[in-house]
Amino acid sequence: MKYTPTIGIECHVQLCTKTKLFSEVDNDARGKEPNSCVSPVDYALPGMLPRLNGEAVRLCILAGRAMNCEINAISRFDRKHYFYPDSPKGYQITQFYQPIIGAGFVELPSGTRVRINHAHLEGDAGKLTHFDTYSLVDFNRVDTPLIEIVSEPDIHSAHDAHDYAKELWRLMCHAGITYGDLYNGNMRFDVNVSIAPEGSDELGTRAEVKNLNSFRSVERAVEYEIKRQSKLLDAGEKVVQETRGWNDATGETTGQRSKEEAKDYRYMPEPDLPPLHLSNEFIETESKKLPMMPRDYREKFGGIIKEDILEILLDYPSLMIKLNEIDEKYITLVSNLFASVLLAEEKSAEYLNDLPTSKQLSDLAEMNDKKELSSTATKEVFLKMFDPQMKGKDAKAIAKELGVIQENDLGALEAIVDTVLKKPETQKAQEDFRNGEEKVIGFLVGQVMKESHGKANPSAVQEILRKKLS
Amino acid sequence: MKTANKTVTAVRLVEDALKKAHEFEDYNIFTFIDDEGALARAREIDARIAAGEDVGRLAGVPYALKDNFLTPRGETTASAHILQGFSSPVTATAVEKLEKEGAIMIGRTNLDAFAHGSSTENSYFGPTLNSHDKERVAGGSSGGSAVAVALDIVEFATGTDTGGSIRQPASFNGIYGLKPTYGCISRYGVVAMASSTDCIGFFTKTPDDMNLLMEIASGKDSKDLTTLDDYYNDSEIKKAKKIGVIKDFDNDSVAPEIRKALKDKCDLLKSKGYEIVEVEMPALKYALAAYYIIVPAEITSNLSRYDGVRYGFRSEDSKDLEKLYANTRDEGFMPENKRRIMIGNFVLSSGFYDAYFLKAAKVRTLIVQEYEKAFKACDFLLTPVAPNPAFKLGEKVNDPVAMYLEDMMSVSLNLAGVPGLAIPAGETAEGLTLGLQLVGPRRSDKSLIEFSKELI
Repeated sequence: MKYTPTIGIECHVQLCTKTKLFSEVDNDARGKEPNSCVSPVDYALPGMLPRLNGEAVRLCILAGRAMNCEINAISRFDRKHYFYPDSPKGYQITQFYQPIIGAGFVELPSGTRVRINHAHLEGDAGKLTHFDTYSLVDFNRVDTPLIEIVSEPDIHSAHDAHDYAKELWRLMCHAGITYGDLYNGNMRFDVNVSIAPEGSDELGTRAEVKNLNSFRSVERAVEYEIKRQSKLLDAGEKVVQETRGWNDATGETTGQRSKEEAKDYRYMPEPDLPPLHLSNEFIETESKKLPMMPRDYREKFGGIIKEDILEILLDYPSLMIKLNEIDEKYITLVSNLFASVLLAEEKSAEYLNDLPTSKQLSDLAEMNDKKELSSTATKEVFLKMFDPQMKGKDAKAIAKELGVIQENDLGALEAIVDTVLKKPETQKAQEDFRNGEEKVIGFLVGQVMKESHGKANPSAVQEILRKKLS
Repeated sequence: MKTANKTVTAVRLVEDALKKAHEFEDYNIFTFIDDEGALARAREIDARIAAGEDVGRLAGVPYALKDNFLTPRGETTASAHILQGFSSPVTATAVEKLEKEGAIMIGRTNLDAFAHGSSTENSYFGPTLNSHDKERVAGGSSGGSAVAVALDIVEFATGTDTGGSIRQPASFNGIYGLKPTYGCISRYGVVAMASSTDCIGFFTKTPDDMNLLMEIASGKDSKDLTTLDDYYNDSEIKKAKKIGVIKDFDNDSVAPEIRKALKDKCDLLKSKGYEIVEVEMPALKYALAAYYIIVPAEITSNLSRYDGVRYGFRSEDSKDLEKLYANTRDEGFMPENKRRIMIGNFVLSSGFYDAYFLKAAKVRTLIVQEYEKAFKACDFLLTPVAPNPAFKLGEKVNDPVAMYLEDMMSVSLNLAGVPGLAIPAGETAEGLTLGLQLVGPRRSDKSLIEFSKELI
């Protein structure tokens, strides 16, 4: 039988605030000792009370706006209870009843719209490491601010699930609310997959695959679930509503616990945090701080940058911000340098955090435009801009240092051409050209280039040669 | 308040207090007496006084700290086994404020474990005895603090009041005990019982001492988002004219001595020209039921952190995580703690939330409204604190419902967030102290304390 899959995705995004959601300790535990970023509040000593990080609230407004969502003027916090050593308080502070971010939508590059049901603000849990006879717990991640974005079940293919996850990641990165490092769990996806016979009005029983941390695994897990569930239904069996885990190595999902034995979280309003009231004015002021989003860039650069290149560059907000500062006439060149030179570099990740200034880039583009730099030299100068020795120097200075500025002075070029034409080794080629052998012009240009130590502008050289040999 | 100066030194004040504390050891008032620490601090304060420094409004005044306030001095136990060995790295805001004015903590006082109780009999360290009759309970949960003040060991002690835990022991021991407006004093660093009703307050011998302590301890704290702005020190004293008595409490469930004490005080007020009005507050009969849903729910949540993983007591020989939790909590909590944890979990369970917790929250709103209405008809209310004077040790400890009924007149204030001041109101023929409570609208704490002088 043919089935229509229906997919909804929940996504946890860690916010890149300076401090934690409910305390003043450092939120960025990257490269730090376990349990070194923990306050008495995070550690849940007796009598400790949460304070609310205003920066997290601001980032929520940006995240919401990035997804075209309403921001709720009043939101509240609730306690979600469970016992596990990664949860010092014995509950997670979350927003169960009244979340801060309301309904909205995300538009995929294909034009498909995925509606957002809501997104809520909550604290992350700690991390457990298991050994043979004991486990260790690291509380550094406790109460790192998270938003959980809950989509409507508007996705109907593994491909769209992939694109949604990726677009969400891009939106959050462009909004500047997360470091967006998937490998380190800055964004994690839970996918809810069900299938129903084609044309049916009713949705099938869903299974939830939890904790996916790449777009590819989102896609593969959905594919796997569609196949698994189709097989079950084809065989006349039923899909069980359950939580499943994903094994990236085998490419399979496996059952973990069914909803019947699911925990009762005993939600309760958080009495230590008063309701969060946001004035319209505050929401509007903060909303205006939303940087350019992929949709804005597509609109602005759609006609200038080739679509496939633009889609690549959209993965890198810092590149897009930089491009946005560049004069329109140089956009094509700079975007090509970004896409085909910078991103091809081994150290590109490092370079992305330390880009040349827009002035450096514009000067470089201008030199290229004026034919002072060949395309090879342009790339070379561009790369040198990331060299610690050269950093901060302007394009011209680097080009000079490298000795790659092209000779465009026609008088000087003519002199070089004359020298070359007098050389015995070029005589045969000259004769051949005169006899109509077009391709030897390349050899002659090459000789001139050699004589000029590569600084001559090849097209100008060719022009002079043609004139002289005619 | 007797403060230290160049002639009467802090060391002298502290030595006197410590001497009495040891003298009354059979009352089981303290979970920890800090002889050395208190004397060291007294010497330090004397040195500052000698140097001509202004040490503060409580210079060298010894006080007793209910053992659910966090300070690095001694273990903070909340009189519970599960906190055994817990020494706090942080100091409660209220303690910080008192000590900044020169007060000296001489010891930590006994309470019902985690403040769950009305007699201090639920303490892991055993009950504290009543200051007027050693066969009777001190009241609770702040029993140790109340007796420490009543026996003149210290001039003041701290307490916490979630449903009467300051006012009831104050009245059982014949002293003043204030439960301020909710949010008046920071809860930061005080072991939480029920976050939405917990209030920090004091026991004193006089209204003026109470006022002084409130001036010092009240105010906004960035570490407790539920604290109110600094209204206390800016409050204008309200001149009261009409005093209300609650008709619904005037019945046989209240002991005759207490009804008589109330009548006597009303007569006194009338003789001073005040008008006594009767107010009806029918919703108050639901207060106890609502309280014993909302409060256990918050208790169950607030006690979740005591799991034996990070600090305090951990049961040995637990083979897996589930056993570790179960054994630690089974051995670490007192029966009353467990009772409340179970009630709390029940009312929060999926399927029961609406029927219990949500309904109780609605009753709470009704109670808030009923107090607002009452304070349109009168300036303050004068009511009993508890239906009976101090009862015998062991009399109610095995009958939880009888014990909960002791709270019927005190809990509604906590649900409504309004202040209540327990005042001494005479003695029974047997010499047991009687107390009444003055209740005012939110933020009327200062006027309430001032007005209580009319009842002396």
